[in-house]
Amino acid sequence: MPRILEVADLSTHFRSAAGEVRAVDRVSFHVDEQETLGLVGESGCGKSVLALSLVRLVPPPGRIVSGRIIYKGRDLMTLTEREVRRVRGREIALIFQEPSTALNPVFTVGYQIAEGLIVHKMMRRKEALREAARLMEVVRIPDPGRRAGEYPHQMSGGMRQRVMIAMALACRPSLLVADEPTTALDVTIQAEILDLLRSLKREYRLSLILISHNLGVIAETADRIAVMYAGRIVEEAPAHDLFASPKHPYTAGLLRSIPRLGEAGPEDGGRKKRLAAIEGSVPDLTMLPPGCAFGPRCPDVMPECRERVPGLHPLGARDRAVACFKHHDAEGRPR
Amino acid sequence: MSPGEAGRPLLQVTDLKKHFPIRRGIFSRVAGWVKAVDGVSLGIAQGETLALVGESGSGKTTTGRCILRLLEPTSGGVTFDGVDLLSLPPGAMRRMRRQIQVVFQDPYASLNPRMRVGTIVREPLDIHRIGANRRERDEMVAALLRRVGLDPGMRNRYPHEFSGGQRQRIGVARALALRPRLIVADEPVSALDVSVQAQVINLLIDLQEEFRIAYLFIAHDLAVVERIADRVAVMYLGQIVEVAARAEIFRNPLHPYTRALLQAIPIPDPARARERQVLRGDPPSPAQPPPGCRFHTRCPSAVEACPRIEPPLVEVAPGHWVACHLHPGPGVGR
Repeated sequence: MPRILEVADLSTHFRSAAGEVRAVDRVSFHVDEQETLGLVGESGCGKSVLALSLVRLVPPPGRIVSGRIIYKGRDLMTLTEREVRRVRGREIALIFQEPSTALNPVFTVGYQIAEGLIVHKMMRRKEALREAARLMEVVRIPDPGRRAGEYPHQMSGGMRQRVMIAMALACRPSLLVADEPTTALDVTIQAEILDLLRSLKREYRLSLILISHNLGVIAETADRIAVMYAGRIVEEAPAHDLFASPKHPYTAGLLRSIPRLGEAGPEDGGRKKRLAAIEGSVPDLTMLPPGCAFGPRCPDVMPECRERVPGLHPLGARDRAVACFKHHDAEGRPR
Repeated sequence: MSPGEAGRPLLQVTDLKKHFPIRRGIFSRVAGWVKAVDGVSLGIAQGETLALVGESGSGKTTTGRCILRLLEPTSGGVTFDGVDLLSLPPGAMRRMRRQIQVVFQDPYASLNPRMRVGTIVREPLDIHRIGANRRERDEMVAALLRRVGLDPGMRNRYPHEFSGGQRQRIGVARALALRPRLIVADEPVSALDVSVQAQVINLLIDLQEEFRIAYLFIAHDLAVVERIADRVAVMYLGQIVEVAARAEIFRNPLHPYTRALLQAIPIPDPARARERQVLRGDPPSPAQPPPGCRFHTRCPSAVEACPRIEPPLVEVAPGHWVACHLHPGPGVGR
């Protein structure tokens, strides 16, 4: 499949009292057509800022300081603000975690879905509202004709997230960026929304970037996975390979530390099984250690890890890459 | 025998109800009731962990708050070590609080930001006048901080100087200070980063073994619950729909809602593509629960009786209780 998006060396920094914060630090990755890339990371790793950077929506005091964002062959960084606005929504659509803050409380949800069609597709109001009701049916909102007249506060979180998805789909984008789309939802509703996203992706031939801290959500949705830690991608691999044999000590630690159903086992002499925790905590981006940001928590840390930041280098044949001195030397040569 | 009785219970909750009025208009006329908790019975033995599981609106947090008497229940009974908590006068209840402590979900909101960490942990000792003097209490604080994995040298810092996981450890140290026999832990790890959750779960398990504390562990994440619980109670719209021992409920869930909840959990393993019955529709509002079985509007196996008759919670196997017409149990017609 050809590439729909290629991001190279993207950095987004924030100016703060504590100095320059590198929320996204020289990140490179790509998304193929009709592929789902899972972007996984914990709080403060920069995954949401990365999502906003892709459509140049970084709020001040943040700014993109370098990099290229090649979407269908065009570098979005070279476009004017007006041109980027045409790409946003029409080509690349975003869905956020908290639909209640992304929706306008004073307009009906039907109108909010129709608005994009009126603005971007020059549809007439009546026609756009009819299309909005049809889209609500597509995202499996029961009784769409009636519910199109409701305001966001009259809907549950799950229904609001469906409205967000309908808004995102309205202009038939090619790439959907979904940032923690199910995190605020109950687990049974989460299952419905993920099911919906998967079937819409097939139906609309979408490419999808799914951002989540939940490895289960990522495992069930993504074809390929990029793992972020402290503003950088530390590992990238096809989903099966990443879960079967993680190469970065952070990825490995993360996979070991999550409780999985059915693995609690019988109690061992009256003692419950402990989880394999990663020591320490997620670093504050304003106080990163020198060298590899995971170094202070890493069980395999070596002296050079404390001096230099390892780059992301390819590993073996199969579309894998890792940023760790266990696997490459400082020049990127395999060890 | 009530659902959840395990030997002589330390805590026994009987037919607990908490109904909140819905007020409308300028005279705040009561227009209806939200039955947040509607007839919950459960028991917890010394040193045992009962997990109370459910989604938002299930009433699990309200149940915890009624037990702590942070909310006054509408009706029902709560006895702790044989003492009826609901009829205790305020003074006696305060003394009882030494034995029943709480850990909240959000370590960012539950610690006073203007207090030093040492003071936060020492406060319950001060209030209950434990230890001969301030110095002795400070030594206890140091020991508590050390026990939860924090450096006592950090006691003069403020909560904002700590990470989420460390703050939750501070919350645990404070709860532990009075050597309680029961800790109500309301979603204690769900606000934490994935890589930090495991540390706090392990700490809670360690402390329980060491001090024989009983936990009422309120949570929505069943994978976490499977690690820590001895027994599990599943709530839906204010009622318990199933109770069983941990291994039993995970191996042999009977209520369709419990099954749906288990199936809905995304599995962190792409090699295990899974069969899933996705539930349709949202949970109904607790202000207008459906008649009959409250789950029937979303139930994939609802039968004719479900919308008409509310199924009672019956013991279908030793220690395994379920409220579902599909599992009438041996005691039917008794």
